[in-house]
Amino acid sequence: MVAAAFFYLFASVTVAAAFMVIASKNPVHAVLFLILAFVNSAGLFVLLGAEFLAMILIVVYVGAVAVLFLFVVMMLDVDFAELRAGFLRYLPFGGLIGIIMLIELILVLGAWTIAPGVVDVVATPAPTAADVTNTEALGRVLYTKYVYFFEAAGMILLTAMVGAIVLTLRHKEGVKRQDIGEQVARNPETSIEIKQVESGKGI
Amino acid sequence: MDPEVVETAPDSAAADPVEAVVEAVAEPLFAYAPIMPEIVLAVGAMALLMLGVFRSERSAEPIMWLSILLLAIAALLILAQGNETRLLFEGTVIVDPFARLLKLLSLLGSAVAIFMSFDYLREARIMKFELPILIVLATLGMLMMISANDLIALYLGLELQSLSLYVIAAFRRDAIRSSEAGLKYFVLGALSSGMLLYGCSLIYGFTGSTEFIRIAQALESGGANLGLIFGIVFFIAGLAFKVSAVPFHMWTPDVYEGAPTPVTAFFAAAPKVAAMAMFVRAMLTAFPAITAEWQQIIVFISIASMLLGAFAAIAQTNIKRLMAYSSIGHMGFALVGLAAGTAEGAQGVIVYLAIYLVMNLGVFACILAMRRSDGMVEDINELAGLSSNNPLMAFLLAMLMFSLAGIPPLAGFFAKFYVFLAAIQAGLYPLAVIGVLASVVGAYYYLRIIKIMYFDSPAERFDPMPMALKSVLGVSGIIVIFFVAYPAPLVDAAEVAAKSLF
Amino acid sequence: MNELLLDYLPVVIFIAVSAIIAGALMLAPFLIAVKNPDSEKVSAYECGFAAFDDARMKFDVRFYLVAILFIIFDLEVAFLFPWAVAFKEVGALGFWSVMVFLAVLTIGFIYEWRKGALEWD
Repeated sequence: MVAAAFFYLFASVTVAAAFMVIASKNPVHAVLFLILAFVNSAGLFVLLGAEFLAMILIVVYVGAVAVLFLFVVMMLDVDFAELRAGFLRYLPFGGLIGIIMLIELILVLGAWTIAPGVVDVVATPAPTAADVTNTEALGRVLYTKYVYFFEAAGMILLTAMVGAIVLTLRHKEGVKRQDIGEQVARNPETSIEIKQVESGKGI
Repeated sequence: MDPEVVETAPDSAAADPVEAVVEAVAEPLFAYAPIMPEIVLAVGAMALLMLGVFRSERSAEPIMWLSILLLAIAALLILAQGNETRLLFEGTVIVDPFARLLKLLSLLGSAVAIFMSFDYLREARIMKFELPILIVLATLGMLMMISANDLIALYLGLELQSLSLYVIAAFRRDAIRSSEAGLKYFVLGALSSGMLLYGCSLIYGFTGSTEFIRIAQALESGGANLGLIFGIVFFIAGLAFKVSAVPFHMWTPDVYEGAPTPVTAFFAAAPKVAAMAMFVRAMLTAFPAITAEWQQIIVFISIASMLLGAFAAIAQTNIKRLMAYSSIGHMGFALVGLAAGTAEGAQGVIVYLAIYLVMNLGVFACILAMRRSDGMVEDINELAGLSSNNPLMAFLLAMLMFSLAGIPPLAGFFAKFYVFLAAIQAGLYPLAVIGVLASVVGAYYYLRIIKIMYFDSPAERFDPMPMALKSVLGVSGIIVIFFVAYPAPLVDAAEVAAKSLF
Repeated sequence: MNELLLDYLPVVIFIAVSAIIAGALMLAPFLIAVKNPDSEKVSAYECGFAAFDDARMKFDVRFYLVAILFIIFDLEVAFLFPWAVAFKEVGALGFWSVMVFLAVLTIGFIYEWRKGALEWD
């Protein structure tokens, strides 16, 4: 009962915030609404018993991705008034597609029956919360049963790292940088030059 | 938990301690042997990354050669594997003849794309060691896609491939067209990944598993319901984007035009093969129980792709855009084989992909050779009078164009022949008829290029063709012309590969 | 399931109480405080002189690079939590799979260090 009330609270706020993400005039506000949507989705995850995912959603999406979005919004020098001018033009077409999708989804939900025999084929039934914590249940399978997926995720992260550096890293010309190796390798021979200075003259 | 091994591991206890150690090391090696090509690519890519970053930028060319070597080693490892089907990681990865053949094609496409790009990169001053490494990482993603026997494995392979492709599309980052291509590809690719994931989650929700085999089992007992159909629709929409089939093709011309030309050559070859292979496996092994349902969707996107590829290419003047529409059309033809939903159809798709790969690499060798002292040219009118300037290149390009149009007795004809034959055997007569009509329309713009080369007054000469491009064009032309004499190796291998899906 | 949710009761109470207090504190000035604004009072305060320009200036692209590299390592750490919790159960395979994962990302880290992506200029 209470869980249902909280579900409707989180769900309705998520949907409303998601709508505001695309409807708000100020892009910074849009990102803030996105954060609200993330936080409420995390609430939904908690209601489902997926605590670990909920916390990761907060840490990664709210803590990092949303900040990245804010940077991107602030970095782009976009004329938002001009962008918004297209909104009304595309509204009829976009709205039509949205309504069709909504009708389709309602049809799907109306026909929501899980195929018989699904319970038999469920790959790894989640252990109940009383036995192990959520995080531990994930840990038990992620590094053993799903090791292939785990390493693949590692390669994807590596690619993302290389890609981000390839596309955005530029060094300013003529900036002096500290090279510790070079500093340590210095010795008197390479750094001191002894000159005989004649009296009455400079160097 | 160790991956499943078809042949049981030696169980006799080794008396000799040395033997015991050897066995302890050999057993996991043996168990992971089917995915050794992937492991080699992953480790090799990281080693090259370290090599590149510890040497200076001058190391770019050696690293390009080493990348080609790496891809060749992976191909040799695949050739060294037998013909049996092996399941790994609890059935989420499958290595069967189908996977082996298509992996070889993808590796070939990637290696040739790197091989063709030296001169362009040197000229455009974007010779950086990250490019071949990203191509190797993308190829790793392709191999994972081709071997994927599970929705999650499929998605991870696809993301690894796509992420690398987004970056190399924008690789010429100071050129606005290249950045635009990368950004467009990224935004639309992310959208399609979202649709694919939504489809996957619906499929998982209604069948209770992400593994193709278990999905097929659940559907056999439970049949399809509306929710699952929606899942499949979204799933197909995501996959159709990756193979650039209509109505999810809109990114293709812009990305092909904006990306650096060697990258376009790469895009048009290996990723298409891998994405189509993944498409075929997913449809035929996960949803064989409801073929009638997904067949309609495939028939629709196949017809739409063939027609749009044929008609939209007519108006193009930029040869890269033209090749983009051509590839949309060719993916439509390949989908005809999938629409049949039979082993013959799958065989047709494989033959089609192999021949498409060879033709495309040859054509892009010509496009990369369209260079004058003031830089690259991309307008098809620049090819005017090529027959008098460079008769051999003109002849081979003309053969490739005839082959792309599907004119017998060139290889492209046989490609189309096998898919249409499969469609007719499956009773899809309207699809086959529309396909033949579309290829007649499509022949117009291929023949137009031949007309420009042979009958228009000569334009200025191109710079002499570099050796690498000459050899790729030569080999591709020879295969296309003489395929008719000796088609058996490819057709037989494709037949074995297609049978392994059923 | 409800037992799990009961664990969150203190958090819910905490959020509710803090929302009430914060709301009250924000609402109170509207009701109680004397409001007598003029143009000088409501203008932005910048150490006593007039504001130079709009606060919403363009950010440098370098912030983006730092942020995306941060996200990648954030995700890496996120993958380590379940490992730490289930460490005793996952055995040798679990240990080595995480070591390989960390090695892959260490390669990436060495790459970005050598490339100078961690330096500001």
